[in-house]
Amino acid sequence: MTEAEHPLDQFLRADRLPHIWCPGCGIGIAMRCLVLALEELGRPLDRVVVVSGIGCSARVAGYVRLDGFHTTHGRAIPFATGLKLANPDLTVIVFSGDGDLAAIGGNHLIHAARRNLDLTVICVNNFIYGMTGGQFGPTTPLSARSTTTPYGNFEPPFNLMALVAASGAVYVARWTVFHVRRLITAFQEAIAKKGFSFVEVLSPCPTGYLRRNKLGEAVDMMRYFKANSEIRHGADPAEVGIEMGGKLILGKFVDLERPTYQERMRQQLAAFFVEPYVEKVSEEVEAEEVES
Amino acid sequence: MKRGPAVLTGVHFFNGDVACAEGALAAGCRFFAGYPITPATEIAERMAERLPEVGGTFIQMEDEIASLSAVLGASWAGVKAMTATSGPGFSLMMENLGFGYMTETPCVIVNVQRGGPSTGLPTLVGQGDMMQARWGSHGDYETIVLAPSSAQEMFDLTVTAFNLSERYRLPVLILSDAVIGHITERVIIPPEEEITIVNRKKFTGPREAYLPYLPEEDLVPPMVAAGEGYRVYITGLTHDERGYPSTSPEVQERLVRRLAEKIWRNARDIIRLEERGIEDAEVVLVAYGISARVAYRAMELARAAGRRVGWLRLITVWPFPEERIRDLATRVRAFVVPELNLGQIVREVERCAAGRARTIPVLRPGGAVHDPREILTVIEEVFHD
Ligand SMILES: Cc1ncc(C[n+]2csc(CCOP(=O)(O)OP(=O)(O)O)c2C)c(N)n1
Ligand code: SF4
Repeated sequence: MTEAEHPLDQFLRADRLPHIWCPGCGIGIAMRCLVLALEELGRPLDRVVVVSGIGCSARVAGYVRLDGFHTTHGRAIPFATGLKLANPDLTVIVFSGDGDLAAIGGNHLIHAARRNLDLTVICVNNFIYGMTGGQFGPTTPLSARSTTTPYGNFEPPFNLMALVAASGAVYVARWTVFHVRRLITAFQEAIAKKGFSFVEVLSPCPTGYLRRNKLGEAVDMMRYFKANSEIRHGADPAEVGIEMGGKLILGKFVDLERPTYQERMRQQLAAFFVEPYVEKVSEEVEAEEVES
Repeated sequence: MKRGPAVLTGVHFFNGDVACAEGALAAGCRFFAGYPITPATEIAERMAERLPEVGGTFIQMEDEIASLSAVLGASWAGVKAMTATSGPGFSLMMENLGFGYMTETPCVIVNVQRGGPSTGLPTLVGQGDMMQARWGSHGDYETIVLAPSSAQEMFDLTVTAFNLSERYRLPVLILSDAVIGHITERVIIPPEEEITIVNRKKFTGPREAYLPYLPEEDLVPPMVAAGEGYRVYITGLTHDERGYPSTSPEVQERLVRRLAEKIWRNARDIIRLEERGIEDAEVVLVAYGISARVAYRAMELARAAGRRVGWLRLITVWPFPEERIRDLATRVRAFVVPELNLGQIVREVERCAAGRARTIPVLRPGGAVHDPREILTVIEEVFHD
């Protein structure tokens, strides 16, 4: 008996299976949505690069059959910055966890948004540090239990939507792994968007978060995502913070135009340099070059 | 304004930092990411001015961790890339430095050393990062470290550093110091065609045939860049020849040994030394960077007093020239090692001398270079013993 080829095989490194994720983990769904988004988007896949830091979510860079870079904890964004600036033809997608991007990598996150680098950042927010076994992180809701908040979390979490919007991201959206169709669309829009786009993906971590907080199984979290989500496109990012057991505001909160880092650089340098910063070399200069 | 030349052929008066930037451009560096810190800032400033002229990219990052990350990313985009810093920034780079060795990413990191520890002496000289350069990142690895002694060498050795990093696929470090970074001297930049440039071995075969970490005979695997269609997976985790993570002790053994062996086996090609008066020497001064220049003066004074003193300058500090020191140890009375730290490279000299010759440190924790007479006094003591 030959195993039938899965239609997504061309996108995945099947020879790396089985993956490391726990049963019920939402990261696989988010990865699948990324792959489907890329399939529909029709970008030349040889030029798509996935960069990650460290964590369960970061393993996606090694499961997709694309150029993948599994870098150091928190440093996916600056690594992606170097890749993108050195070769602007690449489509660079950062795919990592909330701890990776917002705790250890928090400074890079806000500066990349400020610069409006043409990157797509996908942040799997499972409210916890999954890979290290369930410690609290910068998105853990108040009063939630974790291995390092045995009496409940008393650090206010980041509202990532407000953080990146205030820092200058041009596309800011949040969905859950229950909202698969919406998620695929958001990924497509974010990738197609010129500039710094950020998609937060709420995802269950049964092993590190749900069990310790007596929130049931992954399927209970999916039910929660379904029952407690409210789609409010264009909502003020400052007003979409997440509370434990509270309502989840989803949608596309920011979608605007702003020159990218490279556009501003070209524009600024164009006054000083011809080639390669302006597409059209003036006739005068061209004539001069022909003579010399 | 038109684009400027990448190689500024001619005779210049440059400080060491500017010479370093020009060396990088001449070597083909087209990406610089950095964060300002004295006494390395002029390298970034020069690159900010010059890179746009040659179609390259300069970015000032939010810190040194980000700077080295961006440099590694740029290298994987197929571009020669560099960053420059001083002690505190160098400390911040350590984790990503390890990532660079593990993923075999060519790039150049310049550390214009100042007095430490911590913020130490921002504008004053030090050589206290010699061991951090060797052992600063976690795990086992081998590195290449060059120590320039003049503004001219800031140019020359920056070219060499790029060539070695491309040749052996690893981050190469330049450990300069505040004096060499800031000293303004004559720098001769040769015509472009006289500058040797080495580029990384590229794989050009079919995608199915490519294994990103399958080494060739020289233990260096050919490289590809992101976007070339090879769909590579590059991870800092221990990985097999496909680049896939593995937790097997055998894979660890094979990979980590190869990373070390590619340097050990090629040590003769990598190591560069400068020697004077070694033939008849009873005492040999071993030094590097600015201290080597002071030591040279000490040798001249000793020779004038009729003492048979030689001088050995480490241009390559790591890998350490073990063979040469071992060999000399059998025929000299003592090594005298002046350093601007409380004893780092002197330990290596002592280890290689293995009791066959005395090893005498002359140490200062930075702030000012030695007075040659300090070194002379120590030399005299050997002859009086
Ligand atoms: C510098 C450094 N510090 C700490 C760690 C340990 N570590 C690995 S993954 C991780 C947290 C990951 O959490 P998150 O980014 O939320 O990803 P998840 O596993 O939840 O998907 C930490 C702290 C590390 N690898 N490197
Ligand atoms: S620990 Fe949590 S995030 Fe990590 S694989 Fe398991 S369920 Fe997923």
